[in-house]
Amino acid sequence: MTAVPKDARTRAAGRARRPRAEPLVLLGPGLLYLLAFLLVPLALVLSYTIFKRGRFGGIVHEATGDNFTRAADPLYLDVLLTSVKLATMTTLLALAIGYPTAYVIARLPARWKTPALVAVVLPFWTNFLIRTYAWIVLLNSEGLVNSALTDLGVIDRPLGLLYTDGAIVTGLLYAYLPLMILPLYSAIERLDPQLAEASANLGAGPARTFLSVTLPLTLPGVLTGCVFVFVPSLGNFVIPELLGGGRTIMVGNLVRDQFLKARDWPFGSVLALSIVAVLIALLTVQAWAARRFSGEGDHA
Amino acid sequence: MTLLSVTGVSRRFGDVTALDDVSLDIVQGEFFALLGPSGCGKTTLLRVLAGFERPDTGTVTLDGADLLALPAHRRPVNLMFQSYALFPHMTVEKNIAYGLHREGLPKDEIRARVAGVLATIGLPGAAKRRPNQLSGGQRQRVALARAIVKRPRLLLLDEPLSALDKKVRAEMQLELKRLQHEVGITFVVVTHDQEEAMSLADRIAVFSEGRVEQVDAPVSLYRRPRTRFVADFVGANNLFDGVLRDGGVEVPGVGSGPLPCEPPGDLPAGSPVVLSVRPENVRFDDEGPLAGTVMDTSFFGGVSRVAVEVGGLTRPVELTVPGTAPADPGKPVRLSWNPDRAILIGPA
Ligand SMILES: Nc1ncnc2c1ncn2[C@@H]1O[C@H](COP(=O)(O)OP(=O)(O)O)[C@@H](O)[C@H]1O
Ligand SMILES: [Mg+2]
Repeated sequence: MTAVPKDARTRAAGRARRPRAEPLVLLGPGLLYLLAFLLVPLALVLSYTIFKRGRFGGIVHEATGDNFTRAADPLYLDVLLTSVKLATMTTLLALAIGYPTAYVIARLPARWKTPALVAVVLPFWTNFLIRTYAWIVLLNSEGLVNSALTDLGVIDRPLGLLYTDGAIVTGLLYAYLPLMILPLYSAIERLDPQLAEASANLGAGPARTFLSVTLPLTLPGVLTGCVFVFVPSLGNFVIPELLGGGRTIMVGNLVRDQFLKARDWPFGSVLALSIVAVLIALLTVQAWAARRFSGEGDHA
Repeated sequence: MTLLSVTGVSRRFGDVTALDDVSLDIVQGEFFALLGPSGCGKTTLLRVLAGFERPDTGTVTLDGADLLALPAHRRPVNLMFQSYALFPHMTVEKNIAYGLHREGLPKDEIRARVAGVLATIGLPGAAKRRPNQLSGGQRQRVALARAIVKRPRLLLLDEPLSALDKKVRAEMQLELKRLQHEVGITFVVVTHDQEEAMSLADRIAVFSEGRVEQVDAPVSLYRRPRTRFVADFVGANNLFDGVLRDGGVEVPGVGSGPLPCEPPGDLPAGSPVVLSVRPENVRFDDEGPLAGTVMDTSFFGGVSRVAVEVGGLTRPVELTVPGTAPADPGKPVRLSWNPDRAILIGPA
């Protein structure tokens, strides 16, 4: 009488097993995709770094450490540093412009939010190259900006706007600003407006409320936006090429050139890995900061 | 001494009039309640006082000075939000200390006051916890602590007890009352629960659709409702719409004669009136003017409620009697009351 019927026990066991099988089934396609298109190529790139280059691309299976010593050349380190600098400037500018924009959109009446968000992503629907060429038209010495300034008498001679670091940052900023605004918008939108009111009610002025309440609570969105802008900015090679005039080459250009022009796959792999290394370091900091400041996982 | 004076305040949202020409005076040290059904503008009035909402018209003064001229963060008024609005990224301690830091108080004093208020609300062990690690009742206490620790001139509480179950709620009502006594701050409590307002407040303002219907002490509000809405909303009541005659109130098609009522004062005969008789004042009386049938009886331990269906009325007449009900459902009865206990409400 007291014994549990056998089939009941097996049914219970079946229920207990299922939760382990289901995630695998659901995750399967995604994991396969990552394996095939991310991990395998990454492993290949990693393995190329220790071999000698083939004459017309590819590799010769002869181990060497030369690729790494070559990358330590100040010439290449400089390019990496410049790239990090330009990507950082782009990210900070995107944050400075994106935060107020996202804030205003998040606090618009409901029926204006969608049109405003569509306007933010609208440039994405135009071809990337065309958008970048448009900046050449705007910035070159006979371009709209220069002729407008000359006509207004602000300047005598056209400014050298194009083919500068500033032009690259402008191009990157223009290309990736929406990637900053969208995660910020979603973080600010989720923030209860009464928290800012509570802060004011307790005697905090607008600046204090922003620093102590609004910013910390939207920090995960800030960090996500920064990563979304920094990552593609660092690896970009089209914008530096078109707007930088090839004078300031970013690390993305180097990688592209090694693979497609110099046909030095092993050295290109080393450079590509240097980008990956910077990004991993960045993501680690981001994950740490998100935990540290959002208060998640901090159960005292 | 008048602390807060609200005069002619109106606020519209599109075609909704949330506040309609509201005027109130609140006295220093008083426990004041704003009572009304949900959506009648109570929160909007608190938001006007706290500075999150600008009235379209009207003035508000605190200690005689224009309150509306001050931005929210400069007002000596603290609000406990209906949703508590605790900062989720700060510990209980930091939430409570937040307002004190804004005053630039020395660290030692802040620590002492936070510890003191944590003891007052009975949560001394919760200092290092975050809001999401607290129960609803605990969060509510922290929200209260965060508001009172500032020792404001005026403390506004928006439905402070609505999220609590009945037992905790009764405890917290006592606690609030005790606190108010102890700290001597003027309290304005919003509630839609008339029993809560009656048991807590020195005076109550009854709101309906953005208007103040009546401001009075709980007992006067109960005994002398001045509008039909108040008579109906505050406590159980029997209301009869009729016309004032010499011998009482004539309700067409109801009763064997005019219904007894108090002396009409300066209301002329022939005025349309509402007669209000509390259930505890109605009695069984074989000579009474109202004839009906017992519909339903319920025993509440000590008293019983009896509902009597009376021809010509849409709502049954309710009466409460001590002990068990003397009549079973289906029995024909007659009802009456002492004329002094039948309150006349004049035309609005
Ligand atoms: N910001 C707002 N926008 C539009 N309507 C509002 C706003 N705030 C309040 N209302 C409306 O004003 C009325 C009163 O609201 P409220 O003061 O919150 O009522 P209560 O607190 O008494 O339940 C309601 O009809 C509500 O829908
Ligand atoms: Mg409300």
